[in-house]
Amino acid sequence: MSFETLANWVHNWLYETLHPTVALLVEFAIVGVLIIGLFAVLGLVLVMMERKVSSWMQLRLGPNRIGPWGWFQTVADTLKLIVKEGMTPNNVDKLLFNMAPMLVIVVSMVIMAPIMFAKGIQIWDINIGVLFVAAVSSLSIIGVLMAGWASNNKYSLLGAMRSGAQIVSYELSAGLSILVIVVLTGSLKMSDIVMAQADGWWLFKGHVPAIIAFVIFIIAATAETNRAPFDLAEAESELTAGFHTEYSGMKFALFFLAEYVNIFVVCAIGATLFLGGWMPFHIGNWEGFNHVMDYIPSSVWFFGKTFLLIFVIMWFRWTFPRLRIDQLLSLEWKYLLPISMFNILLVTIIALAGWHF
Amino acid sequence: MGAGSLIALAIAALAFAGIALSISKLVLKASTNKQKGEPYECGVPTKGASRIQFNVGYYLFALIFLIFDVELVFLYPWAVVVKNVGWVALVEILIFFFILFLGLLYAHKKGALEWK
Repeated sequence: MSFETLANWVHNWLYETLHPTVALLVEFAIVGVLIIGLFAVLGLVLVMMERKVSSWMQLRLGPNRIGPWGWFQTVADTLKLIVKEGMTPNNVDKLLFNMAPMLVIVVSMVIMAPIMFAKGIQIWDINIGVLFVAAVSSLSIIGVLMAGWASNNKYSLLGAMRSGAQIVSYELSAGLSILVIVVLTGSLKMSDIVMAQADGWWLFKGHVPAIIAFVIFIIAATAETNRAPFDLAEAESELTAGFHTEYSGMKFALFFLAEYVNIFVVCAIGATLFLGGWMPFHIGNWEGFNHVMDYIPSSVWFFGKTFLLIFVIMWFRWTFPRLRIDQLLSLEWKYLLPISMFNILLVTIIALAGWHF
Repeated sequence: MGAGSLIALAIAALAFAGIALSISKLVLKASTNKQKGEPYECGVPTKGASRIQFNVGYYLFALIFLIFDVELVFLYPWAVVVKNVGWVALVEILIFFFILFLGLLYAHKKGALEWK
């Protein structure tokens, strides 16, 4: 039984047995609980994956004491964070200081709404899906700036300002590379974008501009999630921890969790736009081949692609040295932005002439 | 599921954060001492105010960003209909990009894209 039939069955059963309003509320509650569960699992898995990938890249063992191959290390870390004191230092702006982690976590949860996790599994198929993601993701910078300003700490303030300049700059090229796919598809809806890739993913169908856009999107995604080599907002050797220097205990854990969930969200968007989301690997009208590929469940395809992109972003961390702020800004404003502007023109010509497959 | 799902997700997020924070409040043993509330600056006592002046360059980049972000918002509706409108859309966006690119060149010439 696939996820889609299960979800439809639950939906129909609720509406048959309960009053429609109550059924809707129950559905909201189920979605909320499921998303909280996804959050917790993603946090545990991604932190573990990060540490295992790091150790693998550096030829060391990584966490290997707790549980089989150290897989329960993150559970132990979470327990430790729960019993740590989430202190509020003197002279901080108490309201903003405590609100910032909440805001960041709300943003990273609301952004989950238009993502298609599998065939038919989507919280809200909003007709401006991609624009919604771009709009909501830029809200998280407000949380970062709030945390940096409220902390009453020089490191935090500098880290927040750097983070602001960086996220704001790279949003432009991320948005322009998303637009390439919107031009090719002619729709902002996530389900339409996925269905348009039924005979091949945009990365392969979209000619040169789709490939350029994919590369730019990955760079911008790395920068927007403050990952190395763009991690100068929380560069350990310069600013201890950047905007969350003063945070401890559960408040720090919320920032940390939101950061990893944001990596997942960005990679999920990249997988949906360029690699076809839950759509299996199809080649044009090769009926037999496409049928074989359809046997792999859609959720496996989606999470496989997403985790592949996450692995690539983790790979970057151990490959490139950290950039300076002037290098970071000139990379965006002098290279990526003009390139992605010309890329838009190129894709328009290709889409209008019908040269894409 | 409609726009209500966004409110449901926001409430779920707040509930998640609230539960996590209150569990840790229940479990932890808080302690106080004189230096615990000081700003963390690697053990060195803080000098002066912590909310210091920072480089004006951040504001410059924020201003340029604002222009380009508004341009990006204009491009979204264009991108949706470009296939239906046809080659006229390309000509129009060429004019739009030409003006915009002049702006970027001007900012570059003025040195606004250099970090000082």
